[in-house]
Amino acid sequence: MTGTGMESKEYQIQVEDTGEQFVCKENEVILEAMKRTGCGPIRYGCFGGGCGICRMKIVSGSYAVVKKMSRTHVTEGEAKNGIVLICCVKPRANLVIARIKAIKKG
Amino acid sequence: MGFKGTLRPGLVQLRVLDFDKTLDFYKNILGLNEVCRTDDGRICLKGYDEFDHHSVTLRLADEAGLDYVAFKVGSSEELEKMKQAVEAFGYPVDEVAAESNQPGFGIRYGFTISTGHRFEIYSEVELSGQGPMTRNPDIWVEEPRGMRAQRMDHFLLYGPNIAEAERFCQEVFGMFVPEVCNTPDGSRLASWITGSNKPHDLAFVEYPEAGKLHHVGFYLCNWSEIGQAADLIAIHHLKMDIGPTRHAITRGQSIYFWEPSGNRIEVYAGGYTAYPDNPQRVWDSDQLGRGLFYYSGEVIPSFLEIVT
Repeated sequence: MTGTGMESKEYQIQVEDTGEQFVCKENEVILEAMKRTGCGPIRYGCFGGGCGICRMKIVSGSYAVVKKMSRTHVTEGEAKNGIVLICCVKPRANLVIARIKAIKKG
Repeated sequence: MGFKGTLRPGLVQLRVLDFDKTLDFYKNILGLNEVCRTDDGRICLKGYDEFDHHSVTLRLADEAGLDYVAFKVGSSEELEKMKQAVEAFGYPVDEVAAESNQPGFGIRYGFTISTGHRFEIYSEVELSGQGPMTRNPDIWVEEPRGMRAQRMDHFLLYGPNIAEAERFCQEVFGMFVPEVCNTPDGSRLASWITGSNKPHDLAFVEYPEAGKLHHVGFYLCNWSEIGQAADLIAIHHLKMDIGPTRHAITRGQSIYFWEPSGNRIEVYAGGYTAYPDNPQRVWDSDQLGRGLFYYSGEVIPSFLEIVT
């Protein structure tokens, strides 16, 4: 089948500390792309914004948070500074993301 | 000898991030029935084979996890005695008035145990209008949906000082401990505890952070239903943690997966029949992989690390 003009856009996601790079489709959450391509530090978690295992920082590039992220893992202040759960985020541009401590221990 | 203290874990209140996909999961995929909604917007659910008013309450919140669990005891006299025993054990007790925030429930007493979890006890609860038949009963009233969860079965809680929690369950709840796992230095890593013939009503794993939920377990009939649950997990693109597999610990058959808000759910079938006079089964921590996941014999990191 040839192009229909309906293909979704694709963005490059770069993991800052490892240099790994992978493609994420515009309708795909970043964790799904990371899992699909086998790139990046995280393989799985709840994929629901609840468990916090995929907590990362968006260093540069614009993105959309498409699902509620548990406040246990991302405070309001952190969310303003690009801290996200990547199972809840879709890219809107090429992104650079960085690993941070996955779960806060109290 | 019958039940010595608690009858069963009868209620969990869970925090969820949405009432769309998550509620659809609990009702149409797991197969619980919606009983009612509270004035403040929480949703009460039960398994088709449960008699009491409801067993699961979902609260919309900004974080996933567990608000509290509640255990049913046999009579109001036993409830008052148990309340005093909780206080004598050293935990301050508060009172939740009847019909205040869980529809159908009588007075509840609440307290926080060593692992940081809020436990409650109650004796009075209305029967559900959607309960099983009792006169010449059919096996169900309405055909069960989805994974066909019969009832809420147990939960695994992560927190500090599970040795004290285990002692509390024995001394105050009248429970016994069919199975444990110890580290090489002899301290408790995990404990499976019951007040009934079920191999576990609840379990604990030692963990530095207080008050965490590892999973809530729901009971299915048999291995065949576990297989059908796995099909539904695949069809609905739910996120699998591990399974279908067999536990050597409790000997149940199992799948762990995440509901759409990120709380881990287990569907569980089988399990041995526990008796308080039977010898305790003891696992060494280096054999825990085989204890948890008998077929692969390996613990997967997510199982030990991910909690809500």
